[in-house]
Amino acid sequence: MPAAIEVEGLVKRYGGLTAVDRIDFSVPAGSVFAFLGPNGAGKTTTVEILEGLRQRTSGTVRVLGLDPWSDGAELHRRIGVIPQEFRFFEKITPREAVEYYRALFGSSVDPDEVLGRVELLDKRSARFDQLSGGQKQKLGLALALSNDPEIYFLDEPTTGLDPHARRAIWNVIRSIRAAGRTVFLTTHYLEEAELLSDRVAIIHHGHLIAVGTAAEIIAAHGGPARAVFEAAPELATRLTARLGVAARASGGRVVVDLAGPHDALRVLSAAEESGLPWSSFSTERDTLEDVFIRMVGEMDDGALKGESAP
Amino acid sequence: MNPKRIGADLAVVARGYYRNPAALFFSLIFPLILIGLFGLIFSNTGTTTVTLEVLNENPHSPLVTKFLSALNNTTVVKVAVVPASTVSASGFSAWLGQNGDPVGLVIPATFTTNYSSGTQVNLTMFANPQDAAAAGEAEFAVSGVANAFNLAKAGGSSLIQLAGTVQGVGGTNLVYVDYLIPGLIGFSILTSPMFSMVDVASSYRKEGLFRQLSLTPLTRSEWLTSRIAWYILLTFAAAGIMLGMGVGVFDAHVSLNAGLIPYLVVGPFLFVSLGMLAGSVAPTPESAAVIGNIITFPMMFLAGTFFPVSEFPPGLQTFARVLPLYYVIDGMNQVMLFHNTMRAAADLAVVVVAGVVVFLLAVRLFRWRDA
Repeated sequence: MPAAIEVEGLVKRYGGLTAVDRIDFSVPAGSVFAFLGPNGAGKTTTVEILEGLRQRTSGTVRVLGLDPWSDGAELHRRIGVIPQEFRFFEKITPREAVEYYRALFGSSVDPDEVLGRVELLDKRSARFDQLSGGQKQKLGLALALSNDPEIYFLDEPTTGLDPHARRAIWNVIRSIRAAGRTVFLTTHYLEEAELLSDRVAIIHHGHLIAVGTAAEIIAAHGGPARAVFEAAPELATRLTARLGVAARASGGRVVVDLAGPHDALRVLSAAEESGLPWSSFSTERDTLEDVFIRMVGEMDDGALKGESAP
Repeated sequence: MNPKRIGADLAVVARGYYRNPAALFFSLIFPLILIGLFGLIFSNTGTTTVTLEVLNENPHSPLVTKFLSALNNTTVVKVAVVPASTVSASGFSAWLGQNGDPVGLVIPATFTTNYSSGTQVNLTMFANPQDAAAAGEAEFAVSGVANAFNLAKAGGSSLIQLAGTVQGVGGTNLVYVDYLIPGLIGFSILTSPMFSMVDVASSYRKEGLFRQLSLTPLTRSEWLTSRIAWYILLTFAAAGIMLGMGVGVFDAHVSLNAGLIPYLVVGPFLFVSLGMLAGSVAPTPESAAVIGNIITFPMMFLAGTFFPVSEFPPGLQTFARVLPLYYVIDGMNQVMLFHNTMRAAADLAVVVVAGVVVFLLAVRLFRWRDA
C-alpha cells in the first residue's frame, strides 16, 4: 500500500526549544494512524506541520506526495482537518456552514447527509454559539467531511466530550476507514487509540519512542503475561518456593510472571498442590495504557537522573 | 479570484451581520442618528432670531424707539429692553453673563441729542465669543440699521442693496444640511469598516478562524474582496438613508448624480483594507484597537466630516490634506455641491491609488497561518 504520509528527520524548533526532534514515520493509505503523547510532547506541532499550517525547521515531509508548506493550497483541497477545540463564525448554523464549505471546495455533498453522518441533523438550524462543545466538534468533523478528503487529520477530536458524543465521533472515524480513507488521529486517550487505529506512534519530549501496531508495541515494551490469584499472601511464599520464580502479594492478590504463553497451567498446578485456598484465578497482560505510562514514566525518570548527574 | 467563493463568503458575512443587532446599529442606525442630530442642530440657523438685550440709558425718546423697532424689523434680532434701573452700563457685561444672554447693546444717554446735533453717537456691544453666530448676526443687524439712520440724517438713500436673501456658495438655495451630507457620508465610509475590520483582523487570528479558512480554497484576497463588497453595500444603504433623510426631512438640495457612486465604492475599498492592515500589524486585539483609533480619530474630525477644512488654521489644513478621508469628502463635495468635475476626478484618483496600495499591503501582511 502506498504511503499517504511520509516523514523523515522532521525537526521543529521554537527559538531555543526543540519541540520535535528528528522523527521518522510513515502512514499507509487507507489506515488509521494514532499519534500519542502526553501534553506538550509535540503532537500538535507535528500534526500542524503535516497540515501545512506550520513551517518545519528541517527534515522531509510528504503528504499525498506534496510538501505541506509550499504546496499548501493544493494539499488543502485534498485533506480534511479538525483542529483542537474547533471554532467557527458565531452566528452561522451547521447547515449554512456545510453549504459554505461546499461552495468553497466546489463539492457536491448533501449538507443534510453530512450532518446526519455526524449526528447533528437535529441542530442544523441552531447558531454556532448556541452549540455544546460536542456539537461544535461534530460540526468540525462535518466540515472536514464536506470535501470528501483523502486524509483526515483529527487533533484530539474527543477531548472533553461526553461518552455519547465521543462514540458518535468514533463511528464516523470507522466509517471513514471503511471508505478506504486515511486518518491521522492525535489523542491522549489510549483506549481510543487501541480501539480505532491500525498503527500507533508514541511521541515524548519531541522524540518518537515507539511505532507499530498496538500489539507490537505491547509485545516489545510491555511486561510479561501474569497469573493472578485472589488469595492470602501465604500462597506467594509457597509458589515462590515451588516454581523458583518470585511471586508477589499485595492487596489480596498474588501475582506470578509467566515464563511464556503456555506457562499458566504449571502455575495453576503448583497452586493446587499447595493445598492453600484461592478464590479466583486469571491471566492478564499489559494494555497499551500500561506500556505508555511505563515508557513515559521511565523516560522522565531517566531525564531527571540525567539532569542531576554531575 | 473565484466569484463563487467570494459570493459564498459574502453570504456568510451578510447573515452574520443580520443576526448581530449591534453591528447593524452601527452601520445603518448610527448614520440616521447622525444626520438627524446634525440636521436638527444646524437646519434652523438662518431663521432663528437672536435676542438682543438692550440697556437703554436714553429712555422716552421717540428716536430710540424708532431705532429699536428698526432693529426688530430686520427679523435677525429681537430687542429686549433692559431698564436702566436694573443694571448700570459698567455692570452690563457681567449681567449678560449671569443671565446667559449672548449679545447686548448699550444705547447711551446722549443718543438723541448727539444724533440731532450731528455729533457722533457711540454704541457699545457685548457678545459671547462662544456663540459666534449670534454675535455676528447681531452686529450685522446693528450696523445695518445704524447705516440706514446715518444715510437718512445725510439725506441720502441706499442705492446698492442685496437682492433678496443671501444665496449658497456653489449653487442656488443650498442650505446648511447640504454641506453636511458629504461629510457625514464620509464619516460613515470611514468608521463603519475601520472599527469592525480592526477587530475582525485581530480576533479571527486569535480564535483560529483564519487558520480554519486557510484550510479551504478561499484565498486571502478573495476573503478581503468579500468584506469590501459587503461594506460597499452597507455604504450604499447608509448613504441612501442619509440622503433620504436630508432631502425628505431637512429639505436638502444636494444634487444626486452618478458621480457620487465611485466614492461609495472606492471609499469602503480603501478603509476596509486600511482596517485590515492596522489589525494585521498589531500583535494583540488590544493593541489593534489602539492602532485603529490612532488612525481613525484624526480623520473622524479633521477630514471635513463635521466642519469644512477651509475653516481650519493653515497648519491643520495641511494636516487634513494628508488624511485619505479628506479626498473622499472633498470629492463628494465637488460632485454634489460645486460641480467641479476636474477636482472631483483628481480627488478620486488619490483615493484609488491609496486604496490599491493599502489593499496590496493588507493582503501581503495579514497571515492565515503561522511560520
